Amino acid sequence: MTADDNADLHQSSPEPSRLLPILNQPATRRTALKAAGAALGLAAFGKAVSPLWSIPENVSVDEFLQQHYKELSDTDKQKVFARLESETQQKLGVEITISDPPPIPGVRYGYAINLSKCNGNGACMEACNKENNHHRGVQQSYIRVLELPKGTMDMEAGNTTYDHTVPQDDKYYMPVQCQQCDNPPCVTVCPVEATWKEEDGIVVVDYNWCIGCRYCEAACPYHARRFNWEEPEIPSDEINPDQGYLSNRVRPQGTMEKCHFCLHRTREGRLPACLEACPTGARVFGDLNDPESNINWVLQNKRVFVLKEELGTQPSFFYFFDS
Amino acid sequence: MICLAIACDDSASPETETKNASKASANETGEQPAPLLATGESQNPATRFAVSIRKPLGPPKVSTGLQDMHGNLVLAACSTCHTTRPPNHQNKLAKDLDEFHSEMQFSHGTISCLSCHNERDYDALKLADGSRVEYADVMLLCAQCHGPQMTAYQHGAHGGMTGYWDLARGPQIKNNCIDCHDPHAPKFPSMQPTFKPQDRFLDPPRTDH
Repeated sequence: MTADDNADLHQSSPEPSRLLPILNQPATRRTALKAAGAALGLAAFGKAVSPLWSIPENVSVDEFLQQHYKELSDTDKQKVFARLESETQQKLGVEITISDPPPIPGVRYGYAINLSKCNGNGACMEACNKENNHHRGVQQSYIRVLELPKGTMDMEAGNTTYDHTVPQDDKYYMPVQCQQCDNPPCVTVCPVEATWKEEDGIVVVDYNWCIGCRYCEAACPYHARRFNWEEPEIPSDEINPDQGYLSNRVRPQGTMEKCHFCLHRTREGRLPACLEACPTGARVFGDLNDPESNINWVLQNKRVFVLKEELGTQPSFFYFFDS
Repeated sequence: MICLAIACDDSASPETETKNASKASANETGEQPAPLLATGESQNPATRFAVSIRKPLGPPKVSTGLQDMHGNLVLAACSTCHTTRPPNHQNKLAKDLDEFHSEMQFSHGTISCLSCHNERDYDALKLADGSRVEYADVMLLCAQCHGPQMTAYQHGAHGGMTGYWDLARGPQIKNNCIDCHDPHAPKFPSMQPTFKPQDRFLDPPRTDH
């Protein structure tokens, strides 16, 4: 209805009181402008929210309507896993199984690295890349090995791009990955609760709930989180079919990811892939709650430190030197 | 190298027994030296899987430099030559040797060949007290000098491993000393890194904006 119609209606009406209230007003330039402005505003708003009325092509209706992971029942989860399995089958032509092993009751994981042993060869990074279905194009990995001059703990003095034979006599090597903090800043800052700490100490990410704001990446003092800038590209024959919902399934573009201590392996009692791959035997993994575990022997018998202790993040990841 | 699989118990335990089983692992990784080479034993075998240690096949063979009719290298056991030669306790380096072994690199402290090789039977080794030890049990020999390393090894803090951290759920396989260390030059070799993640934060800063 235009302002002119409104004015005509008003003038020709013998009984103004029977009209709708908005019409029962003198037509002025002001009301006309108001109406036109409102119409324009409505149209602009409609245009702005129009993407919400349609679901993007790469998101299925089920995925769009999926609840927060912690609110899913077991049957819901099975449906979600089946959906993801069939989507992967369709998209990549690979048969995979997605599971979600729960934390083992009473177990709390700890990981330690012997910096006297680590020689910076990077086999751990490669094992992580393969085990966790990382994007091959940029050789993504949850681990970053720093080469540091001997005599300093200043991580800013380190670099990760060395490509000479290792170890160099004046250098030492420090692999950094998620420290599975007991007081994780990345979890605190997440605006949608897409990342949380589980009972066994592992900080996990629900890739379907993550909105990709990257707050967590900025909050992590260890630079341990990674963002999927692109849809991960992995040759079909290199995809690891043993996948976990909260761990190594192929991530969608635009989501955060991080080291999860290979929870699809470790929650079934197996060792993490990076540990098995380490040719120097520098890595020690185990249950902090078990007084006889390897990790507890290290904590009790070696001089152990954590990275950036002063920040109060309370990592479950430790470093030590021999003797 | 072969993996000496020590009989595993297949009875995967229920989750509730995990903790008890983990405690029982003290026997395998604990202080007693006995389980070093026979780690399949444990106090509670019903809920335990074995930790097995890879073992060398046996006495090494030395190339004679000859080829048989198929073109294969002719290998000889140590005792083939050494039974007829008098032992020389002074030999430490390749240059001390008249024949064979001249291509070998020796860099293992100042010990002599016969510190470890057994002059009474060259197909075996000997401990510092002169007692015989088989090649397959070489770790006993290493451990007599490298005690701290062996202690760390027994607690999983030295040497690589694969398999299960939780022995209630599956077995574990550990390397032995000479899987990683050449006994004649035990320093861990240099390596060339082959895998480098491309870290976008390490790219040179852009100047076009």
